[in-house]
Amino acid sequence: MTTISYREAVREGIRAALAQDDRVFIMGEDIGEYGGCYAVTMGLLEEFGPERVRDTPLSESAFVGAGIGAALGGMLPIVEIMTVNFSLLALDQIVNTAAALQHMSGGQFNVPLVIRMTTGAGRQLAAQHSHSFDGWYAHIPGIRVVAPATVTDARWMMPTALADPDPVLIFEHGGLYNASGDLEDIGPVDLDHAAVRREGGDVTLITYGGTLPTAMSAADTLAADGIEAEVIDLRTLRPLDDATFVDSVRRTHRAVVVDEGWRSGSISAEVSARIMEQAFYELDAPVGRVAGKEVPTPYARHMEQAAIPGVDDVVAGVRAAMRGE
Amino acid sequence: MNERELLRQMLRVRRFEERCVELYTQTKVRGFLHVYIGEEAVATGVMAALNDDDSVVATYREHGHALLRGMSARSVMAEMYGKLTGCSRGRGGSMHLFDKDLNFYGGNAIVGGGLPTAVGLALADKMQKRDRVTVCFFGEGAMAEGEFHESMNLAELWQLPVLFVCENNLYAMGTALRRSESETNLPMKAASYEMPAWSVDGMDVLAVADSARRAVDAVRGGGGPHFLEARTYRFRAHSMFDPERYRDKAEVEQWRERDPIDLLLAKLEVPDDELAALEEEIRVEVEDAVDFAENSPDEDVADLMTFVYSPSSTVAGRLS
Ligand SMILES: Cc1ncc(C[n+]2csc(CCOP(=O)(O)OP(=O)(O)O)c2C)c(N)n1
Repeated sequence: MTTISYREAVREGIRAALAQDDRVFIMGEDIGEYGGCYAVTMGLLEEFGPERVRDTPLSESAFVGAGIGAALGGMLPIVEIMTVNFSLLALDQIVNTAAALQHMSGGQFNVPLVIRMTTGAGRQLAAQHSHSFDGWYAHIPGIRVVAPATVTDARWMMPTALADPDPVLIFEHGGLYNASGDLEDIGPVDLDHAAVRREGGDVTLITYGGTLPTAMSAADTLAADGIEAEVIDLRTLRPLDDATFVDSVRRTHRAVVVDEGWRSGSISAEVSARIMEQAFYELDAPVGRVAGKEVPTPYARHMEQAAIPGVDDVVAGVRAAMRGE
Repeated sequence: MNERELLRQMLRVRRFEERCVELYTQTKVRGFLHVYIGEEAVATGVMAALNDDDSVVATYREHGHALLRGMSARSVMAEMYGKLTGCSRGRGGSMHLFDKDLNFYGGNAIVGGGLPTAVGLALADKMQKRDRVTVCFFGEGAMAEGEFHESMNLAELWQLPVLFVCENNLYAMGTALRRSESETNLPMKAASYEMPAWSVDGMDVLAVADSARRAVDAVRGGGGPHFLEARTYRFRAHSMFDPERYRDKAEVEQWRERDPIDLLLAKLEVPDDELAALEEEIRVEVEDAVDFAENSPDEDVADLMTFVYSPSSTVAGRLS
């Protein structure tokens, strides 16, 4: 097994796809000559040339829409948007066209488009470069929303996403790019199922993406006190694999959801509602939520850290659940 | 396409649209309904320049474009009735007509929203070295949208085989061109992206056909994207919810004197009996479409959730 960074793993997923299938190409801002704003696509231009590694102007709506058109025209485009904040300039194309086209055309047109973007806080980038709209996108029927949390998923979600006949949005947490891990040769990830990252019988911690490491650290801390947490990585935010977390809650009888997104109307709210709908009588405590504070992400480090879920917050959330609070 | 055929096509669209308005007042057709009456020469002339495998992207005012591209009056009418036999199973309605077999990509009801799609279709053709042209129709109102400017820039930068056709009917709903554009010379806006661009009299179908032929040939020949402004006018309200407070009746009457069908008829000297026969043929086609729509089944509500995802997707069967 090799140890590589999350960044290299994403790149390897893209590289392999470009090498395997002529229909695949990637486009986005500064992905070519610059090497990618997070250096994910570094070297791909040299390897595959400017036709297939396309630098675009600053036109999120046009190049996301061009990805839709190219997908309709028989290509398999990967569109990189620098960060989720900028994807808001392409919302029309994503929501009104990519997600809606198949249903409103009565099943005639599917859109096999992959859109990748960086998400999340923790790097002191302040209120216009740090948000997690992953849960927002998960609100939209017609697209699949995934978030690789490990090096292996970063590498192996791409082939599944490209094989999907419908639009797939991949959210890469910016705090993970430098993380290293073992790259397992698992082949294309099953994007229909959540993954159990740690087994435990006392409480279920449900999370995804950038907060998986936080939840895992919290689980280690809790284990030292004899509390065994089961940690579930959702992997896919739409459609949610509720069976996996509901089964776990039926065994542990307690659940805490960890989500960097704003609490109101969030993925944590959705997960919590589904547990209530499906396992209400199994619960020994209310479902806990450790979510992002509802403020525009501030710049100063201590303020930013206070705004996003940390290990201590998760540990406190679990202890409350253990007390039945 | 010969002149008689251009006449026939314009008349088809006109009579179809008139029938739609009637059906709307009878509440057979609902939703937003935007008719193309007065503007028929534009799409008729442009479509005449296309090959069968070229692609078309249009707006919500696209019944005419759909018919002219070869969609049957039945499938379009049934769609407006919201019936299963409609081109989009009744899910799209008047604003969302699609036909995959004809490379007809709708039917986009977001002003400016279709332009990026057209750019992408042209990109796919270029990357796969296919000898196709994509034609994208939009109103002059779309030229104030960012998506217009982003798309023009991208198409020109990448030298994509796409023809942008602006149907300038002078009003975006109730907003006159001069109230929405600081520069009302529309080809100049395209030219600022280095794109060959010119205007044509959109009431003269022969002029449109000629201009479109030149533009399409240039695009197909590797000349990069082109822009065509067709100066036209809509004789009817923007949609069925428009009291038309923003323009004078006299202005409308003045434009009606340049009715594209009358203009062509004046040139062609069609004998009365030939014209009557043509009208009758079209009446039969339109009434057949209405009967077909009336007698078509609704989609089963049990199918509501189908085609949110592809049937082949693993997501399809497991949505709660
Ligand atoms: C992005 C967006 N904004 C507003 C509307 C509402 N709207 C529908 S049609 C229209 C006018 C568009 O005018 P134009 O592009 O000139 O086309 P026309 O209707 O004259 O054919 C408006 C404002 C819309 N559909 N999409």
